[in-house]
Amino acid sequence: MCSTCGCNQPDEAVTIKVPGEMDTEKSIHSHDHQHDHDHHHHGEGHDHTHHDHDHSHNHVIELERDILQKNDLLAERNRGYLEAKNIATLNMMSSPGSGKTTLLEETIRKIDKDIPTYVIEGDQQTMNDANRIASTGVKVVQVNTGKGCHLDSDMVHKAISKLEPEDNSLLFIENVGNLVCPSLFDLGEDKRVVIMSVTEGEDKPIKYPHMFQSADICVINKIDLLPYLKFDLEQAKEYVRQVNHHMEIIELSAQTGEGMDVWIAWLKKLVS
Amino acid sequence: MHELSIAYSIVEIAGEEARKAEAISVSGIELDIGLLAGVEFDAFDFAWPEAIKNTVLENADRKINKIPGKAKCGRCGHVFDMQDYFELCPQCGAYENEVISGKELKIRSIDITKI
Repeated sequence: MCSTCGCNQPDEAVTIKVPGEMDTEKSIHSHDHQHDHDHHHHGEGHDHTHHDHDHSHNHVIELERDILQKNDLLAERNRGYLEAKNIATLNMMSSPGSGKTTLLEETIRKIDKDIPTYVIEGDQQTMNDANRIASTGVKVVQVNTGKGCHLDSDMVHKAISKLEPEDNSLLFIENVGNLVCPSLFDLGEDKRVVIMSVTEGEDKPIKYPHMFQSADICVINKIDLLPYLKFDLEQAKEYVRQVNHHMEIIELSAQTGEGMDVWIAWLKKLVS
Repeated sequence: MHELSIAYSIVEIAGEEARKAEAISVSGIELDIGLLAGVEFDAFDFAWPEAIKNTVLENADRKINKIPGKAKCGRCGHVFDMQDYFELCPQCGAYENEVISGKELKIRSIDITKI
């Protein structure tokens, strides 16, 4: 969909590219289709409305259909494909600036020699994150969502086709930095990871409860900065458990490496 | 603004069902949206007119049944109304609560006109 105007034209703003790939697709949605605001010529049969009692009948159709069914069905297809190939898949979500990409870079450096690793990067614009990941030597595909605020299962489906991950591997999907919208969209992942950093407030979990409620594991990043901040780590963990008592919590610093061994061990357990 | 994606999904499903039923128009749509489903109603109302423009829902009346959140305490079994996920059990103060309703995001029915 065009997220600019809600029209039915396919959303050309979404691009899926590997680093170095030429930009052949239009990256800006062309608004050359007409929005007819004055009158309606679009042949939807407005001559026969429900007021036309001579020739027409009204019916109520009971649907009971999930609104996100299409996304969820495609997410299940992704999940089936990934499961069959034994690819452990993680949907990484956080606000912008929590250190997702740094965490990925450091994780790849520690794990890629043992387990082949792949990355799908989601951002509204730029190839910056994909380029950072590519420099670690792993295969990466960048999804630019344009104005979209979250990845959906269709974008991930297309990105996986482009990525061609091998069996028995690890796939990270770095979602668009946003603690709201991605929480609603299943991508077909095994685990949902929410990352918060100690430079944010400790009340992030209760400010964005939907995100923390939907996740399986919470990574608290940048703990090397704790001595310089007023961040109350215990209170933050208490808030996390209050919103989601199933949540596992790992504290680490991607920058200094502190706590990374716990995270790596957790990942390895997922793949084995 | 995932509310626009949600509105668009509704339009798509309604269009599909209206075509299947050979409807000439859709005069109404009834939705079940839970208060814990993560939908901001102001944003949804803002997105709605854009999403339905030039679609089968353009002239449809929209009815939303807002389903209140309910949770069951995992410690004492008390069932209570839940406005937010971080609420503690009002009876025993535990946070081991399981949501039992309020996450609905459904099209309940559409009202169509046939020749």
